[in-house]
Amino acid sequence: MQRRGRVHKMVQLSDFLVVSALLFAISIAGIFLNRKNMIIILMSIELMLLAVNINFIAFSHFSGDMAGQVFVFFILTVAAAEAAIGLAILMVLFRNRGTINVQEIDEMKG
Amino acid sequence: MSFSLATPEIFLLSATCFILLLDVFLKDKFRSIGYWASLLALGVTLVLTYQSWTEAKALAFNGMFVHDTLSVVLKMAVLSIVTAIFVYSKPYLIDRKIFKGEFYSISLFATLGMMVMISANTLLMLYMGLELLSLSMYALVAFNRDNGRCTEAAMKYFVLGAIASGMLLYGMSLLYGLSGSIELSSIAEYVANQKIMSSVALLFALTFIIVGLGFKFGVAPFHMWVPDVYQGAPTPVTMMLASAPKIAVFAMTMRLLVGGMEFGSEGWQQMLIPLIVMSMVIGNIAAIAQTNLKRMLAYSTISHMGFVLLGFVSASEGGYSAAMYYAITYAITALGGFAILIALSHEDGDAEELDDLRGLSRRHPWYAFMMMLFLFSMAGVPPLVGFFAKLYILQAVVSAGFVWLAVIAVLMSVVGAFYYLRAIKLMYFDKPIDERSISMSISFNALLSVNGLLVVALGLTPSLMALCLIAIKQSI
Repeated sequence: MQRRGRVHKMVQLSDFLVVSALLFAISIAGIFLNRKNMIIILMSIELMLLAVNINFIAFSHFSGDMAGQVFVFFILTVAAAEAAIGLAILMVLFRNRGTINVQEIDEMKG
Repeated sequence: MSFSLATPEIFLLSATCFILLLDVFLKDKFRSIGYWASLLALGVTLVLTYQSWTEAKALAFNGMFVHDTLSVVLKMAVLSIVTAIFVYSKPYLIDRKIFKGEFYSISLFATLGMMVMISANTLLMLYMGLELLSLSMYALVAFNRDNGRCTEAAMKYFVLGAIASGMLLYGMSLLYGLSGSIELSSIAEYVANQKIMSSVALLFALTFIIVGLGFKFGVAPFHMWVPDVYQGAPTPVTMMLASAPKIAVFAMTMRLLVGGMEFGSEGWQQMLIPLIVMSMVIGNIAAIAQTNLKRMLAYSTISHMGFVLLGFVSASEGGYSAAMYYAITYAITALGGFAILIALSHEDGDAEELDDLRGLSRRHPWYAFMMMLFLFSMAGVPPLVGFFAKLYILQAVVSAGFVWLAVIAVLMSVVGAFYYLRAIKLMYFDKPIDERSISMSISFNALLSVNGLLVVALGLTPSLMALCLIAIKQSI
């Protein structure tokens, strides 16, 4: 096997930031472009919080300050609570309306 | 560590957990024990907060928690407003057969969230307080769970609220990365050493934070959730949404923008101005087109929140204290307005159309008079409190040199006067459609009269404004 003489490069802070920005952008697009299923919106919301977590951990690792990693624990907990409430509301909505199609949830307008 | 500074929060948390448990063991007949226990818990927390009054700013829990005059004043306002909401909402909940313990325990958790937000001194505390408030509010909006509209409103509120939290959090993570600390004072130090207008990363973080705050305030163009949620939620929950959280969001903006990024004011001023202009124009003009009273009040809230942000734009002590005065007095006025809607509701349906106000002066002259006071105050007619709130804001804005903004604000208030006056005309000069008499309990009527009196008295005595000025001066 031939090895190319390339200097092995560590993963930089900017790489993490780009990944998290991409994930964040995907989640926003998922919420606004999605016209069908409510569950996809809930998934996008979770993705959004995870993108933020990557940011916090990357910053925390590269600056050596632990507060960011502690912050992530709190965000994870809140994300779990948020998913629980979101799914509970979704259940009630489905019971009342018989649908979770985003376009059919439009009784109130104006 | 000084736990004693957080005594009101610790007490409220224990009391809420106790009420949550108590409710499990109560039979339906004794449901009102939970109600009285909640009132007692709020009352004791109010007294504890009042006793903790200090002239000096103090930190607790390694700088996580700040205790100053600002936090004491705002917490007392929030606690009194939530107490009033409990008293107002009791007849509504009993009529709809949703007089359950959950309403009180969830509202108390929301109150705790607001108190945490008010006393937050780090990004973490701000976020945790905000989420405790928001998650409780999502659940409260869906409280009447067999009603399709309620659940639809809850879903919309949940999705948009979660996006807002996500945006805010993303901004916070960038701010943490830039300054290397989650403490607001360290962030302030970092921002002071930067030229904000040439620091792209800082402006990027600030943009996300402003978007998040804009969603939570409900200012245009982030106002899509406000009308639907106001209309869909049960009236007591709408009352809750429209009053106390506005004070908490004011506190959050105060801590984050002024406490954390005061030296970046040049940056956030310019971001706030378009939001303010849009919310005043969209709020007031869209409100004219509404036939649903709750939707109309929702659009009016959007324009009022524009006014609160206007106080921040002047970036001066006078402006911040005017914004604080506006947030508190608007919460009190909105409380009264929604209380009248509760009084007009009956078992077959909520009073929420403008037509339900027709001929109110013949059905119940006192309620009509009170409603007139609240609407006049929202429109900004002297000598009511709404006029002075607008006056202080405009004074601060003009002295900061934004005369054109003040002109837009006044013009839009004139447009806004139209729909408030239309509601008053319906009450006093039209024939009632529904001739049923209205009767509420003595405590409801007494509280409503006190509320009306406050709307008159707070404007005539300058003490609240003086208090706001002291609080703001001390917290900066």
